[in-house]
Amino acid sequence: MLIAQNIGFAIIAAIMIIGAIRVVTTSNVVHGALWLVVVLAGAAAQYVLLAAEFVAVTQVLVYIGAVMVLFLFGTMLTRSRIGRDSGLNNTYWKLGIPVALALFASMAIALVDSFGSEKMPTDGAIVNTQQISDQIFGPYLLPFWALSFVLLAAVIGAIVLARKD
Amino acid sequence: MNTLLGVVIPYWGQSLLRVLGGLVAVLLPAGTIVYVFLFKMMSFMQSRLGPMEAGPYGSLQLVAEVGKWLQKEDIQPTNADKPVFKMAPIIVLMSTFLLVVVVPFGPDAWFTNLETGIFYALAVSSISVLGILMAGWSSANKYSLLGGLRAAGQLIAYELPMVLAVMGVVIQAGTMNLQQIVVAQNAGSIFGINTFGNPYVITQFVGFIVFMIAIQAELTQAPFDMPIAESELVSGYMTEYSGFRFLIFFIGEFATAGVFAMIASTLFLGGWGVPFSWFGWTSMDSVSNWMNIVGPLIVFTKMMVLTFFIMWVRFTYPRFREDQLQRFAWKVLIPVSLVNIMLTAVLKVMF
Repeated sequence: MLIAQNIGFAIIAAIMIIGAIRVVTTSNVVHGALWLVVVLAGAAAQYVLLAAEFVAVTQVLVYIGAVMVLFLFGTMLTRSRIGRDSGLNNTYWKLGIPVALALFASMAIALVDSFGSEKMPTDGAIVNTQQISDQIFGPYLLPFWALSFVLLAAVIGAIVLARKD
Repeated sequence: MNTLLGVVIPYWGQSLLRVLGGLVAVLLPAGTIVYVFLFKMMSFMQSRLGPMEAGPYGSLQLVAEVGKWLQKEDIQPTNADKPVFKMAPIIVLMSTFLLVVVVPFGPDAWFTNLETGIFYALAVSSISVLGILMAGWSSANKYSLLGGLRAAGQLIAYELPMVLAVMGVVIQAGTMNLQQIVVAQNAGSIFGINTFGNPYVITQFVGFIVFMIAIQAELTQAPFDMPIAESELVSGYMTEYSGFRFLIFFIGEFATAGVFAMIASTLFLGGWGVPFSWFGWTSMDSVSNWMNIVGPLIVFTKMMVLTFFIMWVRFTYPRFREDQLQRFAWKVLIPVSLVNIMLTAVLKVMF
């Protein structure tokens, strides 16, 4: 039994849910972004619980170290008032609720359908970093290249859009 | 670290040792760097004596300074965002403590032996940017906000050359685990000569230089100190901080310098090890137990040497301009380190 892991999962999941609710209910954009950091860090902690070390570290590096920092950077450059902001919600915010529920339902069904009766191995069988890299640079090389190409296209596109001359 | 010096340690003992060791590994280098380099070396470079009154040769000056900061009033600006303002310095210091966790100090003297070692270090070092941005924004001060934004732009720009410089070492060692990188350097040989092992500072010299420049910028030490440029921004993101919150920022700055120097010495100078051929060791398992005592001292010595260079540059060069800084990162350091990676990969395949 993985009692300690289950307790840890419950605590982290509760923190993530509180954080996620605060992201959308807080009345300050920067606070919203900071609560989002809590949610993303919680996701990294869940990966650690699953012994997925590489994925957890990547989550911290990409989402907390890069995406959220750029997010905060952009927010602070444009609308960085301290205190309550008004008009953060647009009029269609209620539409988000059915979309979120539909997304949750489809993901839950997909997960239960494919992994319903399987159990996490309690010992050994941990995928290490070397196996991940062997997979990426072996059978999955072409998708990896395609992803890199998409990212390169996005970078060049951003430069083209930003340059006026 | 299940056994240390041949003694099996129970789990609670390991945890206690990790906490105490972590505190020592962060605070001892910070204090030593501040006294030896900031108080004394800087004074000698400027033809003065530095602190002389507190203790013999001013050696207790640090205790006096910490006492002074602790008894100061904890001032917060009226318009500041109080919770964020209070949390920011703690997040900066937290990143330092997370960073020291992966540094190996001996064959059994490590806090955690992560398989993704150096990758983890690069990831958690970027958490401090978050704290700096929070400090800059929550102070309700235009200078603070400018300093925070400058810091974020600078740290993002210099994280890339740092990651790319480390990549050369990872390719050559074939692992991201810092223990195995240490073993690979000390058990290695250059053209069959194994008297000096194979410290990567020789084969990865370009990577070493790029890494040292990048950590200089990551630490916001001069000539990369635009985020706290005192003649332009008062004190940047730290302007509104006083008392022990300023002390936390201060400790964080110099402790991070020490930890980054330890990581650089692990990656490029052979870490805790001595060349294994000196004592006839061949692999990790044959390393003698006394290395757990000598290892930390070796790491500390190498750390002092590297911080000496960091501080020497800090006290010598004038500040960059903001656009020069960005141009240097994107147009010089990143292309150089990319070429370095390519050459390393080609040579790795050839030999």
